[in-house]
Amino acid sequence: MKVHEYQAKKIFHAFGIPVPRGIVTQSAEEAQGAARELGGELFAVKAQVHAGGRGKGGGVKLAKSVDEVRTAAEAMIGKPLVTHQTGPEGVIVRTVLVEQGCPFERQFYVGIVLDRAAEAPVVMVSQEGGVEIEKVAREKPAAIVKRHFDPRRGLADAAAAELAEQLGLSGAQAVQAGMIMQALARIYLERDCSLIEINPLVLSKQGEVVAIDAKINLDDNALFRHEELQAMRDRSEEDPREAEAADYGFSYVSLDGDIGCMVNGAGLAMATNDIITHAGGSPANFLDVGGAADPERVTNAFKLLLGDPRVKTVLVNIFGGIVKCDVIANGIVAALQSVPLTVPMVVRLEGTNVDDGRRILRESGHPLIEADDFADAARKAVAAARGELQPTKGGAA
Amino acid sequence: MSILVNEETRLLVQGLGKVGQFYSDLMIEYGTRIVAGTRPGKGGTEYAGIPIFNDAHEARAEVDFNASVVFVPAAAAAAAVREGAEAGAKVIVAITEGIPALDMVRVKTELRERFPDVTVIGPNCPGIISPEACKIGIMPGYIHKRGPVGIISRSGTLTYEGVHQCTVRGIGQSTCIGIGGDPVVGMTFKDLLPLFEQDPETQGVIMIGEIGGSAEEEAAAYIRDSFRKPVVAFVAGKNAPPGKRMGHAGAIIAGGKGTAAEKVRALEEAGVTVVENPAEMGAAMQALL
Repeated sequence: MKVHEYQAKKIFHAFGIPVPRGIVTQSAEEAQGAARELGGELFAVKAQVHAGGRGKGGGVKLAKSVDEVRTAAEAMIGKPLVTHQTGPEGVIVRTVLVEQGCPFERQFYVGIVLDRAAEAPVVMVSQEGGVEIEKVAREKPAAIVKRHFDPRRGLADAAAAELAEQLGLSGAQAVQAGMIMQALARIYLERDCSLIEINPLVLSKQGEVVAIDAKINLDDNALFRHEELQAMRDRSEEDPREAEAADYGFSYVSLDGDIGCMVNGAGLAMATNDIITHAGGSPANFLDVGGAADPERVTNAFKLLLGDPRVKTVLVNIFGGIVKCDVIANGIVAALQSVPLTVPMVVRLEGTNVDDGRRILRESGHPLIEADDFADAARKAVAAARGELQPTKGGAA
Repeated sequence: MSILVNEETRLLVQGLGKVGQFYSDLMIEYGTRIVAGTRPGKGGTEYAGIPIFNDAHEARAEVDFNASVVFVPAAAAAAAVREGAEAGAKVIVAITEGIPALDMVRVKTELRERFPDVTVIGPNCPGIISPEACKIGIMPGYIHKRGPVGIISRSGTLTYEGVHQCTVRGIGQSTCIGIGGDPVVGMTFKDLLPLFEQDPETQGVIMIGEIGGSAEEEAAAYIRDSFRKPVVAFVAGKNAPPGKRMGHAGAIIAGGKGTAAEKVRALEEAGVTVVENPAEMGAAMQALL
């Protein structure tokens, strides 16, 4: 799960990381009022969306007066913001953070992620802050300094001091940067983050080390033990179908194609998308309904897929292991009683009691297209999506 | 022969609740020797003739086991893995899905220090099976057949797909391991390949990888330098968009790393036969044996 910058900064503040004073606003008037309240001669107006690359997309503006803050907020709120992460349609900006501006001398990058190969969290710092860190990693990998730490102990004093030195800081500023990194490591561990990032962390003209940006991604698997973080979820930022799928307990990702897929198991679901592409088609989604493909789950999955206007064909690919194929087939038939079939549906069943399962589908009278195996299913789904294959009553296509 | 588990395996079931009981019935039916179970507050009772203890330490005091399987719910599952190791299980198979990533990082760090000889499989995996000898996990036993192919996979049902493709061609399996779909798991490809290299029964290996992380690249480096048996691989998620978690917590292309294309290139350079079509894993293996 992602949280907004202003939410991440609240967490930063609670852990003692210096952030600029700011006020969250939802209209140009509110933004103007916020600027008046903050005072000063420089402000930052920042669109609160989950997508990265806001700066380049026009979602971060500096303003030199209360009126300029109003103008900047007006240009953002209620309008789509397009960045390299949003796709061409962009995301509608609903919330804008107005902050006191923080003129700076230098900018740095500080981030913590899980290094999967080392099986340990790693702090990454760079003097090349304020730019896309992936670009730095590609072009100047030596400019990023990494240090692993023990998740049971946190980031040690000596390690933090060494990293601060790598940023070219000394004296009180190095101490401040080190404390920020240790606080960041504590947030990462105590809040179960999958990523925590300050880009940029700056050395201000007043000589203070300040986090002028904040990014936190959370481990979905650990949300159950963080109620305060669950409350930060912003459904308006989520793809509506992905949000609906999450309510059903499915793993679902929206894709660009026209073949709706329902599969049990994440690996098989990914492979189903691959084999459709291999056969010349294009999947509309990734959908893993999990191991237990019972009637309720199948019904919900059909609602999700058939409610998607882009879907021209549905492909059901189930490897019935412990859950037997006849049980799954009965689930499919029951689901089709309540969700009418509006597009061709190709069904591939394999596994325990497969013959019974196929017989149940054939005898159900629903116009299903039966597939013999994995490859056959993909071929038939692609043909059906192109209108080259029609189901016949009783499923004998 | 086989690797890690066989007829001699004596299994402890950690978390012998409703789910654990369901799969224990199927494991026993397959021939697995389950010698004890744990379920907090139910110590002193039994299920289907299996003695139940409050925890693994109590079980160890009365029963001799050398492996364990974890069905404990996600919030307590990593602690159960540690408890299994402390109580003497040498192979621990964690089936549980949805364990917080940092819980596994902490437990694995601890296991490396205190129990370097303990093998962890999973979590978020179907388990391990040496066909016709021992099944630990939730895979359907009947699709397997004993024979010369080792299978290692990050996925569950896609593993069954690979097994099924072999079995229908008459090619059996020595041992099949689902290593799990999480960012941090126990044994990975590079840890298991040396065991298959040593195993005289295994004549070839099918590796089923997916996007995210670098386990496939690490395996490729090992295969290039030290693995002498034929390997077939498939990498799922070729068409996955970056930044989206494809079901498995570990299956995500992050910061431009972990793409299928990189993994396929590394494996092909190591001499592995990479199939682009997941329906061709079995046929490709058959051609190499």
